[in-house]
Amino acid sequence: MPAGNRKLVMLKARSLAFGFPGRTVGRDVAFGLAAGEVMCVLGPNGGGKTTLFRTLLGLLPRQAGSIELNGEALESLARTRIARLAGYVPQGHAAYFAYTVLEFVLMGRTSHLGVYAVPGRQDREVAERVLESLNISHLAARPVTEISGGERQLALVGRALAQEPSLLVLDEPTSGLDYGNQVRVLERISRLAESGIAVLFSSHDPDHAFLCAQQVLLLAEGRALALGPPADVINAQTLERLYGVSVRVLAVEGGGHTCLPALRP
Amino acid sequence: MNSRGLAYAVAAGVLLGLTVLAFNVGRFPISPGDLWGVVTGDASARVQSVVLQVRGPRVMAAIVVGAALAAAGSAYQGMFRNPLVSPDILGVSTGAALGAAAAIFFTVDTLVVQLSAFAGGLAAVGLVYWVGSRLRRHDPLLALVLTGVVIGTLLGSIIALLKYLADPYNKLPAITYWLLGSLASVAPHDLAAAAVLALLGLAPMLLLRWRINVLALPDDEARSLGVDTTKLRTLVIAAATLMTAAAVAISGIIGWVGLLIPHAARLVVGPDFGRLLPLSMLLGAAFLLAVDTLSRTLSSIEVPPGVLTALIGTPFFLWLFALARRSW
Repeated sequence: MPAGNRKLVMLKARSLAFGFPGRTVGRDVAFGLAAGEVMCVLGPNGGGKTTLFRTLLGLLPRQAGSIELNGEALESLARTRIARLAGYVPQGHAAYFAYTVLEFVLMGRTSHLGVYAVPGRQDREVAERVLESLNISHLAARPVTEISGGERQLALVGRALAQEPSLLVLDEPTSGLDYGNQVRVLERISRLAESGIAVLFSSHDPDHAFLCAQQVLLLAEGRALALGPPADVINAQTLERLYGVSVRVLAVEGGGHTCLPALRP
Repeated sequence: MNSRGLAYAVAAGVLLGLTVLAFNVGRFPISPGDLWGVVTGDASARVQSVVLQVRGPRVMAAIVVGAALAAAGSAYQGMFRNPLVSPDILGVSTGAALGAAAAIFFTVDTLVVQLSAFAGGLAAVGLVYWVGSRLRRHDPLLALVLTGVVIGTLLGSIIALLKYLADPYNKLPAITYWLLGSLASVAPHDLAAAAVLALLGLAPMLLLRWRINVLALPDDEARSLGVDTTKLRTLVIAAATLMTAAAVAISGIIGWVGLLIPHAARLVVGPDFGRLLPLSMLLGAAFLLAVDTLSRTLSSIEVPPGVLTALIGTPFFLWLFALARRSW
């Protein structure tokens, strides 16, 4: 994505407050996410990351502020319209029934279908293309109940991509994955952004923000502690405030940063 | 033909064979030739009357009730994301039973009993749905199931009270008989009414077959895929309830079909609702027809089919469960 281009803002939040009836989880969150950009949300357990994502997707009513998706007020958009704009990869999926991976990914096509329609050849082609792009074509006929956690995570990503969204929201996409698969998911995120998709994801590892995000939002006790490019925002002070542990942020030779926690004796 | 097509063909063939067999056994056997005679109009008046007035309605009732219960069970199991759910989960059978028991208590008219059973089934689910959707602080599915269980128990105790108060010489046996289920006295016009109502319930299930799959996902996921889960769930509950209430109104309580048959069908064709529904219906029809035929031929007194389904269903279910390597 060439710098200086006026990019389309896919997702915009202004003085957003979110939570559950009778309990506010977070407030005063504001950010804009442009097409082709990756934003990483960091924060401790229970910091409100999932609640924020659910609110941004209209799955939970917001308590104050405004959300714009693709320049339109979120509340003015019908469910099917939101589903065509934004794909959601939730944190893990409990598979109840033995749908095949292909059927599972095809469910991502639902918002493109008429109410009474079943997926047709074109939908099948989209699903097969998505499986191929994720290198999981070989899983197409396997039941989702019988594949590994990492493979299921990829199937979830595939289902969201089958929505052909302009925005992808991934809730801790690397949780429960081995090191190699974590790196692969981050690579995938970078590549999706290069293709013009806006990506919002949460993680427990600040290095993930350094590796593939242009923006990082630090979320602690329901408030935005900081928002900006990872190199500006992630430092010893903010990480100490965020997680209550001391961490050194080291510049790496050849570019980039990495976090090194200091263990207390 | 692929393996799925083969499964449908085998199930349809078994159902057809069982239908011919069901006519052929009993106190007045109707041979396949006689059956053909009825179709062409060459049969004797006696054969005509047995086929059209007695055995025909009973055979058709077994097919309609079996198919309806299996269809409703398939929809409910997917929607509640639980393979151990039966169509009774929201109290349709208990409501119908209470309706029937109350009607038997006060009248002798079969039509009133059937209508009351039908209305009782719808009313019970309506009540459960109304209460369940008011418990907003909880997961909507959990609220529904829990409400269904407690209201079902409440209705059950009212049935027990009615049985306790009923005249033990004529009313109590009639109530007990109804609760055990029977297809012995289904009249052609009752059957036609039930079949029309069941088809009305089937239509939305067929039309929405793809979306019903998405309803089997966690609520957040289904909504993020563009499905209005509350609306769709309400519609599916209404459709399944209509089918079950129509079936139970003419047959009485017949368990197991709605629980067992969707399992068996899912093992063969997988969980996709568009493929599951037709096979479930074929297998449900065949199973209940086989059970009903056994129930009227095993001994000189009829074994209630509601009892036989459990006697056959329990070992079959356990065998299936032990056999199934893959999950549902």
